[in-house]
Amino acid sequence: MRIGVVTFPGSCDDRDARAAVASMGGDPVALWHGDGDLRGVDAVVLPGGFSYGDYLRCGAIARFSPVMGAVAGFARDGGPVLGICNGFQVLCEAGLLPGALLRNAGLRFVCREVEVTVESTASAWTSACPPGTSLTIPVKHGEGRYVHDDPAALAAAGQVVFRYAPGHNPNGSLADIAGVRNPAGNVVGLMPHPEHAVDPLLGPTGGRGLFESVLTARV
Amino acid sequence: MSSLIEGLHRQLGLTDEEFERILGVLGREPGRAELAMFSLMWSEHCSYKSSKVHLRRLPSAGERVLQGPGENAGVVDLGDGVAAVFKIESHNHPSFVEPFQGAATGVGGIIRDILAMGARPAASLNSLRFGDPAEPLQRRLLEGVVAGVGHYGNCVGVATVGGEVVFDPCYAGNPLVNALTIGFMPADRLLSGRAEQPGDLAVLMGAKTGRDGIGGASVLASASFEEGDEAKRPNVQVGDPFQEKLLIEACLELGERRLLRGLQDLGAAGISCAVAEVAARAGMGMEVDLDAVPLREPSMEAWEVLVSESQERMLALVDPARLTDVLEVCRRWGILANVLGEMTSGGTLRVRFRGEVVAEVPAASLADDGPVYHRPMAAPSPPPAGPGAEVPLDADPAGAVLALAGDPTCASKRWVWEQYDRFVGHGTVAGPGSDAAVLRVPGTSHAVALATDGNGRHAALDPAAGAALAVAEAARNVACTGAQPVAVTNCLNFASPERPEVMGSFAAAVDGLAAACQALGLPVTGGNVSFYNESSGRPIHPTPIVGVLGLLADPATAVPSGFPRPGLDVWLLGETRVELGGSAWQRLTTARLEGRPPILDLAAEASLHRLLTGLAGRRLLAAAHDLSDGGLAVALVEATLAAGVGATVALPPGLPPLAALVSESASRVLVAVAPEASGDLSTLAAEAGVPATRLGATGGDRLVVPGLLDLPLSQLRDAYEGALPRALGEPA
Repeated sequence: MRIGVVTFPGSCDDRDARAAVASMGGDPVALWHGDGDLRGVDAVVLPGGFSYGDYLRCGAIARFSPVMGAVAGFARDGGPVLGICNGFQVLCEAGLLPGALLRNAGLRFVCREVEVTVESTASAWTSACPPGTSLTIPVKHGEGRYVHDDPAALAAAGQVVFRYAPGHNPNGSLADIAGVRNPAGNVVGLMPHPEHAVDPLLGPTGGRGLFESVLTARV
Repeated sequence: MSSLIEGLHRQLGLTDEEFERILGVLGREPGRAELAMFSLMWSEHCSYKSSKVHLRRLPSAGERVLQGPGENAGVVDLGDGVAAVFKIESHNHPSFVEPFQGAATGVGGIIRDILAMGARPAASLNSLRFGDPAEPLQRRLLEGVVAGVGHYGNCVGVATVGGEVVFDPCYAGNPLVNALTIGFMPADRLLSGRAEQPGDLAVLMGAKTGRDGIGGASVLASASFEEGDEAKRPNVQVGDPFQEKLLIEACLELGERRLLRGLQDLGAAGISCAVAEVAARAGMGMEVDLDAVPLREPSMEAWEVLVSESQERMLALVDPARLTDVLEVCRRWGILANVLGEMTSGGTLRVRFRGEVVAEVPAASLADDGPVYHRPMAAPSPPPAGPGAEVPLDADPAGAVLALAGDPTCASKRWVWEQYDRFVGHGTVAGPGSDAAVLRVPGTSHAVALATDGNGRHAALDPAAGAALAVAEAARNVACTGAQPVAVTNCLNFASPERPEVMGSFAAAVDGLAAACQALGLPVTGGNVSFYNESSGRPIHPTPIVGVLGLLADPATAVPSGFPRPGLDVWLLGETRVELGGSAWQRLTTARLEGRPPILDLAAEASLHRLLTGLAGRRLLAAAHDLSDGGLAVALVEATLAAGVGATVALPPGLPPLAALVSESASRVLVAVAPEASGDLSTLAAEAGVPATRLGATGGDRLVVPGLLDLPLSQLRDAYEGALPRALGEPA
């Protein structure tokens, strides 16, 4: 299965996301922000980093890049899209996911391993995770405080995919929300970095389930 | 003697004698741009004029050394066709004037040094020094520096994986910010900042040139602080990590596609230094066209363009036939690239600006012919009193352990390193909190270990011993992971070299460094000297910071520093003596600095390292943790808290119990092994001539020394993890 990973100017975790895809048995494909073509991939990852230096507002410039037009079309057609950290911010800015991400409540960049629980398995990226599973995955961000007008409605619609476990909310996110999906479930965004949690040599492996989900769903 | 503008050379930081020397080199008066170039290139920061004669004593050869001192960074052969590029540098003064930008651009600068050799910058470590973190100014400095280090490293995608932070009043008016970066690359793609032949083009890549950082290397880095130096803020550079990220990717693509003849970063003294060095290294000259430099402010004068230290710029040396390809790569990554000059035979650097020749000087005169000083030296004043035995040793042991665990210097630095991305790059096997960072080497099945250490209190008491102890400690930290130490980089932070006693202690520290590196078989591949670390006449402690690189065959065998599980035997390797001179316990209980630093037996240290790598190679070590600040007390706290596994231990016999806990004798390591491995450990230690004492076993959720102390880990954790937040007035 071919999983495309977009490189925006300022993307930092694009190479790591490709490595994670490869280590999970997928076929990583490098996608370039300036191309309007997804090269026939089966799924797309928008990686972490600081696209366009986070200037103006995180993700605000990247959403206008040519590749995002193609990603939006791909998402409309039901293609699996995962936004990690900065990629999550880009998807929110692009209107492909609900809500927004603001400056951390502590006003500092936070890098630590956190526990998140899987709240919804009705998504392309969590279908292989047992519901309620607790995953340990690192976060690393300065602007990851999730906000939404009506988090209860979002949860009722099943669109809350991940919540920080009690005591693990690193940024003051509303209702401990760590990740959400679109109504169809093919587009998922989260602040934790699953691509940095696949190799036991480097730490916890809570990210494997996300890649397993998309890889097994479409073989 | 005359000068274009009377005394201009003095404003630029040149002495009258140095000005005379320039007159001699040129055979005429320098123009304003020329004078600016000389003033920067001959500054202490760029020319090492006070330290050069001493640094020659450092051993720099070794079979793994592909590049020693003199290039942008040192290079070590890791085998399998892969090389590691690493170096440490200071950005002390800018970080005092403007902590966030000063620290950020320090990180950006060392990253470009690594990049200039052709390597992908992979990870950074930082050695930081501040005054008391409870003081508002120090808190502001700490917060700014940590945020700056984090911001730059996080944004460019270079993991920050270790280092150290120490608080001591001597740094209150002059904090230290030493940044080390390591990168990896195929050994056959090594670049150098050297043109190959006349006609090669010099392409200026990256950010526009502005008025920031003018005189950074001379008036800022090469002079002491006085009251009112807030006025030096415009001398500090301003960083844009986004621009640097693009520059990194563009340069790496150029290197990968073999489109470059050479690469040079623009750091101190900006364009002046870059063009002079690439020309001088190749024994050539260069025709430089300053009109090709994209400017932020069109009103800039030639001398400003020449010496601006605007960040995020590199100079690529390019075969003219490859120019189109090079410019295309830069365009794709969205960075500016312009042909700044052309290499010429002969050694003349000729600079044109708006139709005029503004400088015409021999390139070598700037880069290599600067003054070299044999500055007067005085023996450092001998440490007062005896071995520090006046330190009280009748305190309650439990209270002593809690006090040390809760001392900001000894305590957890989680508050600091949680602001750094330690994951990016998919290589961090062991990160902050470990004795040494362990990094997977891309493209191989191997790993490297890296540690930085330095103890200014020890160096203040005896500069030679302090420097040697720093080498020993950093190498020991590396050996604790199971890696074999192979190379050294160093940053020597001292006060004004114009003081004979400072120069004396500097020379002694170099001797100590050289002796330790020689004895441990560690070549010095590069580094940095930072002088003038004093403020209003108050010097810092001599602070040699040493970074040691080690090789580990298999990252899966990396030994953790904490006890991983119950049921292990706990051993202490090395000999404990009553050595409290300069110790953390002396500082905590007496606020004094006196006595002798711990004795270092370099042969014993080397045996210990061999024993550790041997034990790790046989997979006998479940944990290994170096003893340093706070001695056995702090080592036990850290080893038990790491995974929340307690221990019940006896203290090494033959000395007062409290001394056994707080003494800082060198060459000691706390290890844990499975009980069935204790026999092997004992035999191998005896064969290596390393004293080994079985102290007890891991288990439970308390740290217990029967009859002496019994502390729940929760209480230790509160002291150890809460210390720094509490000092900063934040909830733990």
